[in-house]
Amino acid sequence: MNASVRPAVSVNLPPISTSGVAKDTSAALTMRMTISKVNFFYGTKQTLFDVSLGIATNKVTSLIGPSGCGKSTLLRTLNRMHETVRGARLEGEILLDGQNILAQDVTAHRRRVGMVFQRPNPFPKSIFDNVAYGLRINGSKTPIAEAVEKSLRHAALWDEVKDHLHKSAYELSGGQQQRLCIARALAVEPEVLLLDEPCSALDPISTAKIEELLVQLKDLCTITIVTHNMQQAARVSDFTAFLLTGQLIEFSPTPQLFTTPGDARTEAYITGRFG
Amino acid sequence: MATTTTTVPSAGPVAGSRSFVSRLREGDEIARMITFLFAASVVLITLLLVFELWQGSVLSRHKFGFSFFRTSVWDPIFDQFGALPFIYGTLVTAAVSLFIAVPLGIGAAIFLAELAPARLSDALEFFIDLLAAVPSVIYGLLGVFIVVPLMRDFLQPALKNSLGFLPVFQGPAYGFGFLTAGIVLAIMVIPYIISVSREVLLSVPRDQREAALSLGSTRWEATWKVVVPFARGGIMGSIFLALARALGETMAVTMVIGNNPVVSASLFSPGYSIAAIIANELTEATSNLHYQSLIELGLVLFILTFVLNGLARLLIVATSQRGAGMGNA
Amino acid sequence: MSSRLRWRKFLSAFMLTMTGVCALVSVSVLFFILGYLVYHGGTSISWNFFTKLPAPVGEIGGGMANAIVGSGKLLLLATLFGVPIGFLGAIYLAEFSGGTTAFVVRYAADLLNGVPSIVIGIFAYALAVLPFKHFSTLAGGFALGLMMIPITLRSTEEFLRGVPKALREASMALGASKWRTITSVIVPAAYRGILTAILLAFARVAGETAPLLFTAFGNRFWSNGWNQPTASLPAMIYAYAISPYDDWHRQAWAAGLVLLGLILIINIVARAILSRGIAVPRA
Repeated sequence: MNASVRPAVSVNLPPISTSGVAKDTSAALTMRMTISKVNFFYGTKQTLFDVSLGIATNKVTSLIGPSGCGKSTLLRTLNRMHETVRGARLEGEILLDGQNILAQDVTAHRRRVGMVFQRPNPFPKSIFDNVAYGLRINGSKTPIAEAVEKSLRHAALWDEVKDHLHKSAYELSGGQQQRLCIARALAVEPEVLLLDEPCSALDPISTAKIEELLVQLKDLCTITIVTHNMQQAARVSDFTAFLLTGQLIEFSPTPQLFTTPGDARTEAYITGRFG
Repeated sequence: MATTTTTVPSAGPVAGSRSFVSRLREGDEIARMITFLFAASVVLITLLLVFELWQGSVLSRHKFGFSFFRTSVWDPIFDQFGALPFIYGTLVTAAVSLFIAVPLGIGAAIFLAELAPARLSDALEFFIDLLAAVPSVIYGLLGVFIVVPLMRDFLQPALKNSLGFLPVFQGPAYGFGFLTAGIVLAIMVIPYIISVSREVLLSVPRDQREAALSLGSTRWEATWKVVVPFARGGIMGSIFLALARALGETMAVTMVIGNNPVVSASLFSPGYSIAAIIANELTEATSNLHYQSLIELGLVLFILTFVLNGLARLLIVATSQRGAGMGNA
Repeated sequence: MSSRLRWRKFLSAFMLTMTGVCALVSVSVLFFILGYLVYHGGTSISWNFFTKLPAPVGEIGGGMANAIVGSGKLLLLATLFGVPIGFLGAIYLAEFSGGTTAFVVRYAADLLNGVPSIVIGIFAYALAVLPFKHFSTLAGGFALGLMMIPITLRSTEEFLRGVPKALREASMALGASKWRTITSVIVPAAYRGILTAILLAFARVAGETAPLLFTAFGNRFWSNGWNQPTASLPAMIYAYAISPYDDWHRQAWAAGLVLLGLILIINIVARAILSRGIAVPRA
């Protein structure tokens, strides 16, 4: 989709403290987003310390770690949602296609980096209007009905709702609502899609459907997912970052992080010694 | 002394596990009965009130039937009573007040709920609650001495000059009249719209707004197209509450409406409201029919406010429940 | 930035500013009212106002002493009538009643609360004036008391329910009877809220005029005892404001200032008590 329109910038994977980098990655990979030395503060309290990593284009990157480690905070900086909180302060650089996102217009930026939230949160509108919302405010070159169908298909929801597009979104089940939220986010054709523990409020079957979906969606856009479920990270992602108390401990290709973690703390976490 | 049996009383309001006698001895049963009487008296008073209104208007209801609501003549001398001018005046002044108060009130509520930092929002809400505590007669006082001259000397001539081709802005400008009453009412009902709407807006789940923003909405778009529609039930409820207040308002309206029982298209015209005529004529009713016609007007007012208040409550409760119970997983 | 985006951002900034303007206008009205009252009323307040009876029509120098005392008597009656009903009724709702009864009582209270004050006046007139063929302070107190009932009832019930279950259970487990629990544990725990409720109900009816028009009616002299019509501050304000005399207008402003001052102070104190700004001596 957008990969062909906007050239992704090639950047070397920034040096990671302790883990080794797998041989075949850095040359072939482009980074859709680059996070450099990010420090984050809520008022005087610091919650992210010198975090640097790259989000690879058209891949799924997952952020894992125990509660309070800062993974959601980090995710929310990527689409500048931290700015909705008074007293939140970001230091450092975050690049999207080589441009500093903090220097861009925030409204325009958020169209390029979309988000799906922890609990499904469809608007009090019909299924159709939910998906069409982003298209209507941003303006759409394709006819809205077409774009809505396309997004619903991408979210694997079309067949279930095509005859009920004008019903209220609240009549859908939890899993369907979450896929609707994914469709809604996809409708504006973002380059990056952020998902903040998207399955934590869902049953296992819905969770499986969404995990399947994410793997397919990476062809459309770059995906970054926060999850407290390590098995999910292992199933779904290409790269995994492990955070602990605001610091990035390890960042590697997923198979490597889970089978031969470089840091003792990573190993302790993934073997369940704490969590 | 022989063995004493101790029964451990059950925790919670149901006292059924102890014997009646032991409850009586400990005073609980008496307490229950006495407090029940007081609670029941509330219900009795309310029933009695409705009964009095209904019975007290039996003469005029039977004599005039539904034509009571269509006739404009209010003539104590010939015992002809038609409610139309008063119903008209009540509705028109309420409509004018809402026309002014709703945009202002919702706008202010949006500011307080979405934009203002928490402390400023609370401080302003405090002042707005104080505004709601100002009694009607004081609004009337200000209405008579400030709003009426303002209307007569500035606003009405200005409206006449600019929009005088509209029938609503024609006729002599006395200062008293529907428009003045509507403006005074608007000031009186704004606090209701603001405080209820603000609360309802604050109860909208955060992630509704965040979802809108994350799709590339501007702050206004997120507020107006997502948050406000989410809260629309509660906001409607606040409007109904305001309307109920405006309909039942007596003193401020009586003091500025002009007390002229006419149905007129012009907002400058002096008029009358249901509450105003009751206030002016009840103690001086010249005949039983006169008196009962006034009671019937009171009954109409009662029913109107009853329905509106009921709807308002339903809407407000429904909206806050929706906010709380979102995401049926 | 596309022009569409530029327009959207402009619209956003503009509309949000407008909401600020709305808030400013709404709050300014309060200060405007206060300002006017302080200005006009403050200049008219005098010793005479508080101590003299109304002067004969057209003469200056009168006061509103009888109205002040009259309001005091009416409010005393209202409190004595309305608060016990509201308070004890609330205890029943919170501590003894089952679901259906509670629903009915609450519904009736809410209904009563929403009745326009003029209709309350009609009711009081029919019940307390017509059968006795004269206006009286008692009738006025009855009317105002009716209006205090729902506010006291609903608020007290809420505060009683707010007392944690653990407190009740602890008391019961020690063998205290229900009533003992209520009087020694629950009510003291909810004391602040209940006091606030009573104060707010008081402030609400202190300014009511309409019901008094048909019950206490008015009096240019002292009202002796409880069975005579009596002057009251709100009714005097009304009568003087619509009169043609400048001196009476001045007095209306003064009365307005006194009345509003009283009401606002009670409101502020009540809220302060509730938010623990003021220490309240325990019963």
